Order: sequence, then structure tokens, then C-alpha cells
Amino acid sequence: MNTEVHKGLHRFAVFTACCTFLLLIAGALVTSNDAGLSIPDWPLAYGSLTPPMVGGIRYEYTHRVIATCIGILTIILASWIWKVEKRPWMRWLGLAALGGVIAQGILGGMTVRMFQPPPVSAAHATLAQLFFSTVVAISVFTSAWWQNASTELSDPGVPRVRTLAVWTVAAVFLQLILGAAFRHKAFSIIPHLIGAVIVTILIFMTAGALKRRFADVRPLRTCAKLLHILIGVQLLLGGAAWWSHVYSAHFPQPISVMVTLTVIHTVTGALVLATTLTATLVSYRLIKAGVTVPDSSRTSEQVA
Amino acid sequence: MKRTFATYSLSIGALAMLLTGCGGKKDESSDTSAPAGAPAAGKMVDPASAGEVTGTVKLDGPAPKMRTISMAAEPACAKAHSGPVTSEEVVTGDAGALSNVVVYVKSGLDGYSFPVPATPVKFEQQGCQYHPHVAGVQVGQNINVLNNDQTTHNIHPIPKENREWNESQPPGAAPIEKSFPREEIAIPVKCNVHPWMKAYMAVLPNPYFQVTSKDGSFDLKNLPPGTYTLTAWHELYGTTDQTVTVGPKESKTVTFTFKASAPSAD
Repeated sequence: MNTEVHKGLHRFAVFTACCTFLLLIAGALVTSNDAGLSIPDWPLAYGSLTPPMVGGIRYEYTHRVIATCIGILTIILASWIWKVEKRPWMRWLGLAALGGVIAQGILGGMTVRMFQPPPVSAAHATLAQLFFSTVVAISVFTSAWWQNASTELSDPGVPRVRTLAVWTVAAVFLQLILGAAFRHKAFSIIPHLIGAVIVTILIFMTAGALKRRFADVRPLRTCAKLLHILIGVQLLLGGAAWWSHVYSAHFPQPISVMVTLTVIHTVTGALVLATTLTATLVSYRLIKAGVTVPDSSRTSEQVA
Repeated sequence: MKRTFATYSLSIGALAMLLTGCGGKKDESSDTSAPAGAPAAGKMVDPASAGEVTGTVKLDGPAPKMRTISMAAEPACAKAHSGPVTSEEVVTGDAGALSNVVVYVKSGLDGYSFPVPATPVKFEQQGCQYHPHVAGVQVGQNINVLNNDQTTHNIHPIPKENREWNESQPPGAAPIEKSFPREEIAIPVKCNVHPWMKAYMAVLPNPYFQVTSKDGSFDLKNLPPGTYTLTAWHELYGTTDQTVTVGPKESKTVTFTFKASAPSAD
């Protein structure tokens, strides 16, 4: 494993991930306030760089400004990775993030120019989550912990934690697509509700396995705890967001309780994805692949 | 090298197609066929034998209470009103008279030709509300969109049969002139800057339509003798039809009634 740790790069990746989370909030606010088309032109806004800041324009323009900043941060991040990283796959991951942010910008422009067709708007919302996860993964990969940890733990259970975690990430990602599709009126709520059941079961299975099998491995235990908390909070938020959606259906404009609950539910979804992805990465970093004799070779103290 | 170039060309081509060709709606600027709602040259109405249909539209049952619109975040909108402003989904007058209903001749005018009126329909934004809330316009007739407010609006009709558009209109800007080439009842119009601003435009193939005012009345004049299907459309309650036969110089009265308890998804 490469032992050259670039603390500055890691901090910058974490900073970019935090800013991306702010962008997710800004994007969710645009959708919840039905302000996506308040600026009819793109890439300019009302033919200039400084549109009148009234009504829905405030949300849409703030979203565009933060998105531009994230674009710049991603260019710096990808360049930095390309310059200092010895791991070739990390260089490609940096470029993938850059490609993601460019594609996201184009999708954002398409939603405006094509009057928010549901597939494009849902793709824009989904790619946002994917991009956020990519930057979170870069933050994990550039950390000193990742580069110094060793793969020594054995998984005594079946199904393997690594397998469970991968299925959970896939299910959460699919669930986010269904949520985005519902939010942008491509699907009804039903697929998203079914997805919620599947995701809940998988998260409880993954977090439960982590907790039972690796109770003394701090990183894995922390992942399990976070997953339990987040899925509980997310289920409550989902219910509350749905209630507010139904309650405010006949109001002449989006009401603040609906906007607040829906935005928190949306961005908590992004946190669930980032956490399940991190749990998967940590599992792959610490737990050996393949069948092993139960409990015989655990060296959890070394990695905790 | 050649292969790389071909790959790049294909990628750029695909992206260009995505950006330009995925609108999903037909672009009328390149449409040379006659609009669906405009009949080919046909017979004209003879005023000497024309009759009329008058009537009222009523709501059976108590009207739902309309929600108050909050313009607090937009001082330019709030100061245009002295009191609370409510949603205009259901507006009733005395004795259940229902306004904002489009009453029009749906069928029975085959073979007639109707010139497009030269006078444009005014569609104003005032006090951050649309006036009228429901506008009737003939296929191809111009609509003049005016912004009388001291704030910026965007005007965004969301048709199914016509081309969608979305344009901004700052205060004091010149009127936006538009028309719709296809019949459509009714096109929702919204302002994404001020999300409470909602209206409808009914695009009709003939001049026999009227939007009811507060007294719920309508008057379809100069109607040639014949048997017609009359339709009343309301944004919440949907549509209801009636058949009426009008003889030469005859005046008929029709009453449409919507049930307050049965909103339609139309």
C-alpha cells in the first residue's frame, strides 16, 4: 500500500465533500420550491450573470452559483490528485469526479432548456448523489487511516459483510433513483415505498452483521451505529415528508413545513448512500475475502 | 488515431442530439401543416339566420374555502394588495354562480370556416396574479402578455398539444406576443418565480366560447342553426357536456351544474 499520505489533499477532498452536501441542499430547495424554471435561460440567468434576486430566482441562482464553485473545487481536486497520487486508480477516480461534475452541469442546463422532462430532472438528481458519493470515496481513499490500515480481519458469518454491504449500497442507490423519479413526477410513490422496505432490511442486515461480528473493531462498529441511526431518522423523515406532501397538496404555494421536511429527507438520503458506501469501503479495507475459520484470525485491536 | 477521432465525433454528435433533439414536443416554427384546430376554407355564418345560446354555470353545494396566498416574502407583490389574497381555483358568486368556467361549442360546426380575430387577447400580470385567471383564445389568435408589476415574472405555459415555452418578463418590459396553433383545453400557465401564480389558457377552434364571470353567465352569439354539443370546463371540476339545438334566429338557455363534492382530475 502507498504510504505517502497527502494531508492537504485529504482535507481538500473532505472540504469539497462538505461543499457538495451544501449543493445538495440548495438543489433540493430548488425542487421543493418549484423554482427550477424561474430562470428560463442557461448558462446565463436573465441574459446576465446577476439576475434580479426575487422569488424562486433566489433558490435557482444560489444553486447555480454553488454548483459553479463545486465545479472549480472539483477541477482543483482532480488536478491535485493527478499531480501527487501514485495510485493510478485514484487518478482515474479524480477524473471520474471531474467528468461527473461536467455531466451534472450539462444535465442541469438540459433541465432548464428542455423544461424539466422527468427523466432528465431525475437523472440530474441521481447524478448529484453519485457525485457526492464519489467525493466522499476520494476523501476516504486519501485519508491516512485508509493508507495505513491492513486487511487482516476474517468474516465468520454468512452472508459475508462485504457482500451484504455491496448489495446495500446498490439498493440505496436504486432507492435514490426511485425517490428522484417520484419527486420529479416520473413514477408514483409506490416503487419508492417498496424500495424503502428493501433498503431498511438490507441496512439492518449489514449493520447487524457488522455489530455482531466486529463489535470490537471501532471503524466497523461506528459504521454500524451510523447506519442504524440514519435509517431510523430517514424512515421518520420519509413518513413526515409524505404527510406534508399530502397535507399541502391543495395549498396555492409550497409551504415551509413541506419544503423543510422534503429537503431534509432528500439530503439524508445522500448521507445514507455516503455512509453505506463508506461502510462498504471500510469492510473491504479491513476484512479479508473468502471463507475462513470463524474467529480464528481476528486482529481487531490492530485496526481499531 | 482514426478510431479515436471517430469515437470523439460520435460522442459529440450524441451530446448535440441530446441537447437539441430531446425536447419531446413538436417545434411549431418548422411545422408547415395547417393547425389542427383551424378548419380549411368553408362556409361562413349567415348573421341573418344566426341564433344564440345563453345560460349560467352553477356549483351545486358549498364552495370549498380557498387558501390564502402568502406574498410576505415578496414586498413588490404584497404591497399591491390591501387585504388578504386567496387562491382562484373556485370562485363563486350569488346562488352558486361559478366563474372561470370555459363554455364552448365542442361539436356541430363542421364545414364552417372562422377567421382568426385580429385583436389579441390581453393576459396581464398584476399584483402577482394573472388577469384573467382563465383566458379563452382562438387557435392562432395572438395573446399579449403584459407585466404591470414592479417585479420580474416568468411566464411558463405547460401545454400537451402545443409547444411549451418559458420566458422572463422584467418590470416595464415590452409585451410578449404569442399564439397557439393547436386546440387545447386548457393549458396551465405558471410563474416559477412566484409559485402561487397559476392560470389557464383555453385554445379553441371556433369563436363560440366564453369564460364565465362572477355571475356565472355566458352568451354565445351569432351561432348558425344546428345541433351542438356544448361543453363547460372548470380547472377543478373537469368537464360536462350538453346537447342543444338552435333554430334560425332562436335563443336557447342552458344551465350547467358542477357538483361541489366531486372534483375531477381533468
